[in-house]
Amino acid sequence: MFYYFIREIKLGIKNLLLHGLRSLLTMLGMVFGVGSVIAMLAVGEGASREALQQILLLGSNNIIINTVKPADGGGSKSQVRNNLSMYGLLHDDVDRLVTFSSIEKIVPVRLLSKEARLGKQSIEVRLVGTLPAWFDMVGRDFVAGRPLLDADEKTKANVVVLTEYAARKLLAGHKSIGQYVRIGGNVFQVVGIVRSRGGAGGTVKVPDQTNDAYIPLSSMNERFGTIDVRRSAGSRERELVELHQILVQVDENTVEATARGIRAMLERFHTKNDFLLHIPLALLKQAEETKRTFNIVLGSIAGISLLVGGIGIMNIMLASVTERTREIGIRRAIGAKRKHIVGQFLVETVVLSTTGGLTGIAVGLLIPWFISRLSGLPTVVTPLSLILSLAISMAVGIIFGLYPAIRAARLDPIVALRHD
Amino acid sequence: MADAATIQCECRLEKVNKIYQIGGRTVSALTDINFEIQSGEFWAIMGPSGAGKSSLLNLLGCLDRPTSGNFHLCGQDISTLDDNGLSELRLRKLGFIFQSFHLIPELTVRENIELPLFYLDRNSSRNRQRAQELAVLVGLDDRLRHRPSELSGGQQQRVAVARALANDPAILLADEPTGNLDSATGKKIMDMLLQLNERGKTIIMVTHEASVATYARRTLHMRDGRIDFFS
Ligand SMILES: Nc1ncnc2c1ncn2[C@@H]1O[C@H](COP(=O)(O)OP(=O)(O)OP(=O)(O)O)[C@@H](O)[C@H]1O
Ligand SMILES: [Mg+2]
Repeated sequence: MFYYFIREIKLGIKNLLLHGLRSLLTMLGMVFGVGSVIAMLAVGEGASREALQQILLLGSNNIIINTVKPADGGGSKSQVRNNLSMYGLLHDDVDRLVTFSSIEKIVPVRLLSKEARLGKQSIEVRLVGTLPAWFDMVGRDFVAGRPLLDADEKTKANVVVLTEYAARKLLAGHKSIGQYVRIGGNVFQVVGIVRSRGGAGGTVKVPDQTNDAYIPLSSMNERFGTIDVRRSAGSRERELVELHQILVQVDENTVEATARGIRAMLERFHTKNDFLLHIPLALLKQAEETKRTFNIVLGSIAGISLLVGGIGIMNIMLASVTERTREIGIRRAIGAKRKHIVGQFLVETVVLSTTGGLTGIAVGLLIPWFISRLSGLPTVVTPLSLILSLAISMAVGIIFGLYPAIRAARLDPIVALRHD
Repeated sequence: MADAATIQCECRLEKVNKIYQIGGRTVSALTDINFEIQSGEFWAIMGPSGAGKSSLLNLLGCLDRPTSGNFHLCGQDISTLDDNGLSELRLRKLGFIFQSFHLIPELTVRENIELPLFYLDRNSSRNRQRAQELAVLVGLDDRLRHRPSELSGGQQQRVAVARALANDPAILLADEPTGNLDSATGKKIMDMLLQLNERGKTIIMVTHEASVATYARRTLHMRDGRIDFFS
């Protein structure tokens, strides 16, 4: 059986090489079918992994409530005095959230855009006024120093935690911890440096950014006032936004119910659309759902292209059987059994489809590589997709080769011998 | 080479009929055939075109089955064998030589000669050696790597003879082996068959050339699907 099998494969390859161009063209269907499927899977997997990673950065048991500027600029229904727009999340909202039993932590955040300066060095920072719990919830590594403390909040201390990026820009050539820097005209002492993971860009907003500077919320309100004045295009724009963000940590199992509760509560007290809930867990589920849909679509495309490839193979094999009818007759007269003839043609189709599949895998590896190279999109080729496509291309060979092979084997030897 | 004379393999036909059916019409190709062929004999089958010579040879070669009657080959009742059984019998006991050689054009001379051994699933290095020996026997050992299309008709038929001998068959069946050859080349092939018969191979040959039939020790004359007479 062993010698026979080896010789069959050799003979099959020889026969395919004999009609090189024809075999190649037949194979192309499989090559592009398998290649495009692997490439698409790689792109899809890459995108979904990136999305997942970003979502996980948000923490799957967190809910992020953001202030958004309402469509009317916070003007009409709120007090508009001297161009003052008032909108957004309130300290009262935080107090109301405290009554939710499923909420474990609440961290209010106020954001200002300020310039930080040390000597001649300066950078634009996103000044984050928040509570010490921020560092528990967002959970980033400290490069040096300490996070904000409750004492800082209580005493309205002028202390700041910088991100590694901001520290590098600002503190170059100076000592880091204990250094005094000017932020928006006030002097703050650097007490810690934290490694930021935000700012990578993408679909999901991570709570932190690379150019953050964290100060106690109480200090922010004390030093910079509660009204943010911005000058833009000659006009002065004044905004009263108490809080830009509230981070809420919830028991993992009640995320969705709590989110519904929070939304209902906020809608009751906010007459304008000036807040937005981000629920990482919902995003996660949505991402998984999207991926599933994507895979179904991909599977259908793969199925169709493999079907087309398979039909191409079957077509060629049927032609080949007709062409080689006399050879089949000769082999039968010499003593080949039906199973030998089936084997001969089946080996040929499987060799054809498997070679096509392997070439397709090579193509499918190259395309994502190029995509990553050219566009920077992340692509991930999973081993499973390779094994699966190889197995499927072999199966296509067997399925679509079986009918021509059986037809060949069922030929009457005498009739086949007389064929010319 | 194994001595075929030691393999006892007779043919016995009793009241054999062969009827072909084509679209409702029936053609009686063979009618009431009774005869026996002993081991080591050399038979010629003669008769006018359409007399049923090829039909008879196909039956004897287990490529076909009688419509009715008994056919025993090498002690086996053919009617009890399925397609696999018939193939097995062809593979182990029979060798075919055809009028138009029927070599496989894609294979080399050596591969063509080896073909029956391929289905016997023998060790491939021994197969090579056997193909070599057979090529020497038919005088073509310098052409082993050639394709059939690169050979003359006579050479091709010699390859076919070598191939028919590869499985060391008990019976050689030849349907007009000289039909596509000129008389000188035909004579060479016939001398070769005669030699094989002298070494003990049973040979059954269809021909309509009287000069070729003289090589055989017995001749069966057919007419309209019936045995006309023996000579
Ligand atoms: N497969 C077949 N289907 C139908 N009829 C057949 C078939 N094979 C042979 N016949 C018929 O059987 C009869 C005998 O044919 P056969 O081929 O045996 O003749 P033959 O003696 O070999 O003739 P020739 O000398 O021309 O080769 C013919 O009438 C032929 O038409
Ligand atoms: Mg004939």
